[in-house]
Amino acid sequence: MSGTFVGMPAFPKAAHDAVNNPTLRGNLRHATQTIRGKREKAVAELSDWTALREAGKQIKDHALRHLDRYLVQLEESVTAAGGTVHWASDADEANRIVAGLVKETGESEVLKVKSMATQEIGLNEALAAEGIAAYETDLAELIVQLGEDRPSHILVPAIHRNRGEIRDIFAREMSEWGRPAPEGLADTSAELAEAARLHLREKFLRAKVGVSGANFMVAETGTLVVVESEGNGRMCLTLPETLISVVGIEKVVPSWRDLEVFLQTLPRSSTAERMNPYTSTWTGTTDEDGPKTFHLVLLDNGRTDTLADEVGRQALRCIRCSACLNVCPVYERAGGHAYGSVYPGPIGAILSPQLRGTQSEIDASLPYASSLCGACYEVCPVAIDIPEVLVHLRERVVEGGPVTREGTKVVLRPAKGHAAERTAMRAARWALGRPGVLRTGQRLASRTRRLHPRTLPGPGKAWSGTRDLPALPDEPFRDWWQRVHGGEGDEK
Amino acid sequence: MRVALFLTCVNDTLYPGTGRAVVKILTGLGVEVDFPMAQTCCGQAHYNTGYRHQAEPLARHFSEVFTGYEAIVTPSGSCGAMVRELYPRMGERARAEGRGNTLAAALEPVVPKTYEFTEFLVDVLGVTDVGAYYPHTVTYHPTCHGMRSLGLGDRPLRLLRAVKGMELVELPGADECCGFGGTFALKNSDVSAAMGADKVRNAEATGAEVLCAADNSCLMHIGGTMTRLRTGIRPVHIAEILASTEEEPAV
Repeated sequence: MSGTFVGMPAFPKAAHDAVNNPTLRGNLRHATQTIRGKREKAVAELSDWTALREAGKQIKDHALRHLDRYLVQLEESVTAAGGTVHWASDADEANRIVAGLVKETGESEVLKVKSMATQEIGLNEALAAEGIAAYETDLAELIVQLGEDRPSHILVPAIHRNRGEIRDIFAREMSEWGRPAPEGLADTSAELAEAARLHLREKFLRAKVGVSGANFMVAETGTLVVVESEGNGRMCLTLPETLISVVGIEKVVPSWRDLEVFLQTLPRSSTAERMNPYTSTWTGTTDEDGPKTFHLVLLDNGRTDTLADEVGRQALRCIRCSACLNVCPVYERAGGHAYGSVYPGPIGAILSPQLRGTQSEIDASLPYASSLCGACYEVCPVAIDIPEVLVHLRERVVEGGPVTREGTKVVLRPAKGHAAERTAMRAARWALGRPGVLRTGQRLASRTRRLHPRTLPGPGKAWSGTRDLPALPDEPFRDWWQRVHGGEGDEK
Repeated sequence: MRVALFLTCVNDTLYPGTGRAVVKILTGLGVEVDFPMAQTCCGQAHYNTGYRHQAEPLARHFSEVFTGYEAIVTPSGSCGAMVRELYPRMGERARAEGRGNTLAAALEPVVPKTYEFTEFLVDVLGVTDVGAYYPHTVTYHPTCHGMRSLGLGDRPLRLLRAVKGMELVELPGADECCGFGGTFALKNSDVSAAMGADKVRNAEATGAEVLCAADNSCLMHIGGTMTRLRTGIRPVHIAEILASTEEEPAV
């Protein structure tokens, strides 16, 4: 998987800067807390939320279990409807296919519907290298693109920016990309939205090629579905002559009926809306209406390897609602950039190390970017047990073990840098397996308690830099128990 | 009824007062309490840090120590969740790895009999008023594993509401994690500290003298942050509040 932020430091280091940036923390806190409250209300309106959540989980699990069958069916349906299906095993292949398709049209620019899959493969950069300009049309993606920034949230990629910052970016950059921002642009939502609307309108009417992802692909009819809030997506899906959709293979669902569940759970989980304002569906091509040419690029890029992992595969259920980001206390403080991946937050912490492997420093640190509080699991509309997968991936990092890479089973060695921890864990396990040893240690600690420093050296500094250690008691409980209740104790 | 107290290694070593409080309350309610001296640690720190195979012998040891009791009571939502939620999962994983059913079978007698302390009082003993007296203003932090893994719900609050002389004030952002998370506090100390500081500021805003929870690990993190930030609020385990009486008031 490309899309790794090159040179990305491990999570704790990347988070350090965000934690100490008051503007960023203020922006994030305000945004996540607002949407969190709204989501809770939107979900509470449905009396059958629990059943919908379970249904979503079951549909996704079923589709994943029979992924081969549904993908073949999808290819047949798309082809029958006049589309062309391409299979891409990794990011490079997908980028090559898309660039080739754009070149065939003779165009040198494409309009984009917000899509995580194309970000995952670094499509914009790959197209730029081929002399093709890709314009983002989602408002937040536009802000990120104009600001030469990175997205920091799945749904609200510019969540880390406030209105003042956005005004400055528009005023400075819009003219480089097309229609300039109006003179004296104010930082009100209405003025910013209007500036973006005018800027984008010119591009919509000019574009010959559109590039999108999809939220769902319906196998039985070959229909693709995009849900969005702004309407820019629908412009890109209907105005160009050629439409190229790059979609992860896990997005397939068997039938139209399955959409009933997700079109309820996705908008409520993501934007706290009862229904998203725009739901666009397209099936192949139709004369006199919409694009004349339609290509579907089915993207693997680590997904079948992830599917081979019986604990980790549940991450593929994800419908990219980002509810887990908005509720995560770690995301709220560390910000999306710290995750070093287009998928930030709790889902990113389990998805990225599976799609990319756990070899890099950032990927090995992501499974630890959580206090395991479980809020992400609680809100997930497809019931991905994110804490379970985090712990599973931690095991992969510290103990190694079998994984599937490019379809082949390999045994990973433990990641470097955990030797001291591993030794400490083994020692602790040894001592804790022997109550007598534990007791001797406790007594020693209690009796020397006046000598203990309140701050710690070495790795313990991470604790005592911001928190005081508890005072040790006169005697551990077990000594008190024995004193009061007698008995020699049956410890071995 | 004869129950075993699973105190947890952290409480045994650092918070013996919580253990004494649990014993006092349970004994007062006519429960016969035993403290098996061979008990050590549930293995949660190992498991959650990725050392599942190191946690397995500790789980087996737990089972050897606690099999045969009518109930196993622990004043820790987190360690209770380890036994109830994660031990069965460890058994399943061992089976999936082709290591047979022995771990699952060993854990079977202890898993369903393990109760978090407030859960045991309310669900098993059917008690919400333990006759406590605690003349202080208190705010309650529901810990993540107690709240989400064990589903303690309002049980601790029902117990607290019955305490005489006490004013219970609501904690803003109560459902948010305090940032302890075991080794998370060390591995991601900046984020952990920021979460802790927010929790403490929320507690401060309530005007409470005491912040209570059903887990001393979280209280250790919150309390360490409180003294560092010089708030004057004290962290107290819920058992110590419930054990406080007019004759023997806790400070």
